[in-house]
Amino acid sequence: MSMNYIRGSNKGFKEKFLSIDFYLLFFIFLLGIISFFAMYSTERGNFNYYTQSHIYRFCVFFSFFIFFSFFSINFWIKSAYWFYALVLILLLAVNLFGVAASDSKRWINLFVFNLQPSELMKISLIVFLSRYYNKVPTNEVSSIQYMIIPMFALLIPVSLIVIQPDLGTSMLVAAGGISVIWLAGFRMKYFMFSFITFTCLLPVVISFLKPYQKLRILTFLNPEKDPLGAGYQIIQSKIAVGSGGISGKGFLQGSQSYLDYLPEKHTDFIFTLFSEEFGFIGSISLLIIYALIIYRIINIGILSKNNFAKLYCFSFATAFFIYVAVNMMMVLGLLPIVGAPLPIISYGGSSMLSMMVGFSIAMSCKIYGDTDT
Amino acid sequence: MQFTETFQNKSKLISRRMFLLSIMKTAVFFGIISRLFYLQISENIKYKSLSDKNRLREWKVPPQRGIIEDFFGNEIAKNTQVYQLHMIPEDVPNLEELFFKMSKLINFNENRKKGLLKKLKKRKPWEPIIISDNLTWSEFSKVNLFLHEVQGIKPIVAVAREYLKDGSSAHLVGYVSDVSAKDLKNSQLLRDINVPGLKTGKNGLEKSLNEEIIGKPGLQRFEVNAFGKRIKELKFIQGVKGRNFKTTIDIEIQQFSNDLLKGSSGSICVMDIFTGDIVAMVSSPTFDPNQFVHGINKKQWNDLIKNDRKPLINKSMAGLYPPGSTIKPIVALSALENNIIKPNFTVQCTGSIELYGTKYHCWKKKGHGYMNLRSAIKQSCDTYFYEISRRLGIDRMSITAKNFGLGKTVLNSFFEEKEGLVPDTKWKLKKIGRGWVLGETLISGIGQGYFQSTPLQLCLMMAQLANGGYEIKPRIIDDRYALQPIIDSWRREFYLKKNNLDLPNKNLKKLFKNKKNIQIVLDAMYGATNEPLGTSYRSRHVKSKFIYAGKTGTSQIRAISAEERKLNLKNSDLPYKKRDHALFTAFAPYKNPRYAISVIIEHGGSGSSGAAPLAKKLIKKILVRHELRKKYQLDLFQEA
Repeated sequence: MSMNYIRGSNKGFKEKFLSIDFYLLFFIFLLGIISFFAMYSTERGNFNYYTQSHIYRFCVFFSFFIFFSFFSINFWIKSAYWFYALVLILLLAVNLFGVAASDSKRWINLFVFNLQPSELMKISLIVFLSRYYNKVPTNEVSSIQYMIIPMFALLIPVSLIVIQPDLGTSMLVAAGGISVIWLAGFRMKYFMFSFITFTCLLPVVISFLKPYQKLRILTFLNPEKDPLGAGYQIIQSKIAVGSGGISGKGFLQGSQSYLDYLPEKHTDFIFTLFSEEFGFIGSISLLIIYALIIYRIINIGILSKNNFAKLYCFSFATAFFIYVAVNMMMVLGLLPIVGAPLPIISYGGSSMLSMMVGFSIAMSCKIYGDTDT
Repeated sequence: MQFTETFQNKSKLISRRMFLLSIMKTAVFFGIISRLFYLQISENIKYKSLSDKNRLREWKVPPQRGIIEDFFGNEIAKNTQVYQLHMIPEDVPNLEELFFKMSKLINFNENRKKGLLKKLKKRKPWEPIIISDNLTWSEFSKVNLFLHEVQGIKPIVAVAREYLKDGSSAHLVGYVSDVSAKDLKNSQLLRDINVPGLKTGKNGLEKSLNEEIIGKPGLQRFEVNAFGKRIKELKFIQGVKGRNFKTTIDIEIQQFSNDLLKGSSGSICVMDIFTGDIVAMVSSPTFDPNQFVHGINKKQWNDLIKNDRKPLINKSMAGLYPPGSTIKPIVALSALENNIIKPNFTVQCTGSIELYGTKYHCWKKKGHGYMNLRSAIKQSCDTYFYEISRRLGIDRMSITAKNFGLGKTVLNSFFEEKEGLVPDTKWKLKKIGRGWVLGETLISGIGQGYFQSTPLQLCLMMAQLANGGYEIKPRIIDDRYALQPIIDSWRREFYLKKNNLDLPNKNLKKLFKNKKNIQIVLDAMYGATNEPLGTSYRSRHVKSKFIYAGKTGTSQIRAISAEERKLNLKNSDLPYKKRDHALFTAFAPYKNPRYAISVIIEHGGSGSSGAAPLAKKLIKKILVRHELRKKYQLDLFQEA
């Protein structure tokens, strides 16, 4: 059993291939196709740098996804700690000699490309905690001795990301970690306590925020206060979405993005552009695709016969859901602007890589679902 | 076994917790959906209009002004193509280099460069800025030839106002120039139009017709990006060109008059005595109105405003002069109408009369001897008029003068027109606060003293005498429809006259009580021009068709002291500013009159030597031109 990481325990390749979740594969691919069009539209219908590199990345990472899907689930379990450690080192490296962009150090130059380790941390933390809780007896989860490691495993990367500073990603990373802890059976009353504590500490936390971060929160509460300054992004985003109407302005016809009213349209605000051009119907369709992906991943968890797979799939699905929901709520003016990309569709290699790794682990859970750990 | 139980317990717990999470997820997804529904469906219209407000921006395009034509359709103020250079700052790689190159190609000096740099600071880099708005063709083609070297420059063919270069109609037509802050303050229309590059009428017809002649601006709707840069034109609504106006002016007479006045300062007015058509109205010295269109430079402006002959003032309307002896026909008429005298009333002129110890001189030192009304007008005897004014009194005199058009504006539409002044006892008490003195009546009787009149008023006065004493409404815009009832009433008048019928003619307002009195005065004026001893005898026409009648006037602009009188100074010996104004009013032809004129030469000496010779030439010209004019405006009157 232990020597068959890649070939799997007792299935032939054909069997493995047939046990792929083709629905999941298809929806991810569909998302990829949608992202090409969205990226093409951000460039006003030109096949330029963003679209080209986005397609290129998608193809490479999608192949990675399929390739890694055939790695045995035991491989991921065995390498979970190493994976986490590697990403943590990269995160440290970023803080030491990372590439700065707009006042924050988020990237590390790997010569071939710039990597954003905080994105990879989203997945590695989930894998790490799933691996950790896999063997922890349920009634022991809330005990102090089993709390220490997860706490550190969670807090160290999150704090590293906070000081970059990248509040959005750190919160998303934390959300992924917390969802594993939640699913592992951490006592609900502790969650309640920590939630209350957090609420009480919120003013203190806010006082530690950078001025621009405070401004974002104030802007969220009242965007009309400074419509040309801090509130500009959210106001223009709402105008773009709202003006899309039921069926949208049509592909490449989104005047808000075409005429540069929309900020960050390649990354965080790509859903706005999509929503402007394809309207309510398009947005709902996209939402449904995301929902189906989440559903398929949960389904893998339900079908799988080991707890690592369940823990991982459920928490990854939850984290994935949070990424999607936070991004959409942000551009729709339901959350402050924190800087959270829309998975797969937003431009950004690290984010796509980390999502693809996440999918491939889930797919591995499917292929090796009956594996005992 | 132990292990399996733990697995199952654990997986149950995980699944239970997952179920809780899934409920939350579903709730959040529905939250997002309802938010999308709210933004995209409920509030769609609001956001759509906000998006359009973002996206669309409109620019107005200056309208073309209407054209001003003379009576025969010659353009006095027209629109012409001008060659302009526009610069789009963001397309210019190196501003200094461009300016250097421009200075080699066109007249582009340091001052203009400074002005341009100042303007540039206030503008967005993609907004075109006008570098030069009126290039000559050779400059323009030169720039076009080197266009590849001056990146960011756009040659544009635009439309601008052009006036006659000789300035013959400069005062009449006025000129346009850039809209000033003051113009904006005063005009709702200009505020509504509010287009950059708009020109507005500053005076003359351009100002009085401004509202109608200016046109409606066009509209260009552009899609703009977040920085305000125009991306593409979506719509272009052509502006409406302003109304064209045809005037009653004969540009040839206008130019002829302008040439007559060349070198002197003064005014000529020519009026049709029946229709009130102003055929010519010239003020001298004049200026080239074209220099205002593209912005006058400081030197030109200083030359104009520092010139003490005041070229910018329209002397025909805004110049005030004592009418001098040209008012004598009116004083005589007033005396006759009020039955003060009979035409054979005689006064002996000894060169002066004395009133309460003050001497009042006649212009002829030796005196005219015995004068009756006709000879007094003919020879312009001041003593005679002192006497009849004394008997008439200022108030009755002023009523007649006002009746015939003095003391009020002739054309109401001109902003610069002055009212002049016809004094009477009430006026003096009110404005000066002292009672009227009899001596003032005497000098008023020869058109001196408080009397102030514009050349156009004198022309109207003459016209209303010459047409038999009927009121006319002078006009400068040729409006056929408004003219028709006037023509009809004159036709009736001629019909009545021809058949010797004494029936009322409702549409013509009589300014007299007895027709004969008018004839007496006109006959006396005939004498003044066409009989020996008449004041303008030397300027008479011999050819019967040109024979006219006129009254000279010499208005003093200073009191002549007793010493000066003894010296017997000639006008030419005096400094220019102290010389008398020369005036002349006339109507022509004497038989079947049609036109009235007034000529004023500032400091031109006596009316008979300074003004009448010009009038002689002018009348010939007018009557020659009449042959053409009557083809355009049916000559219903004499020939009919």
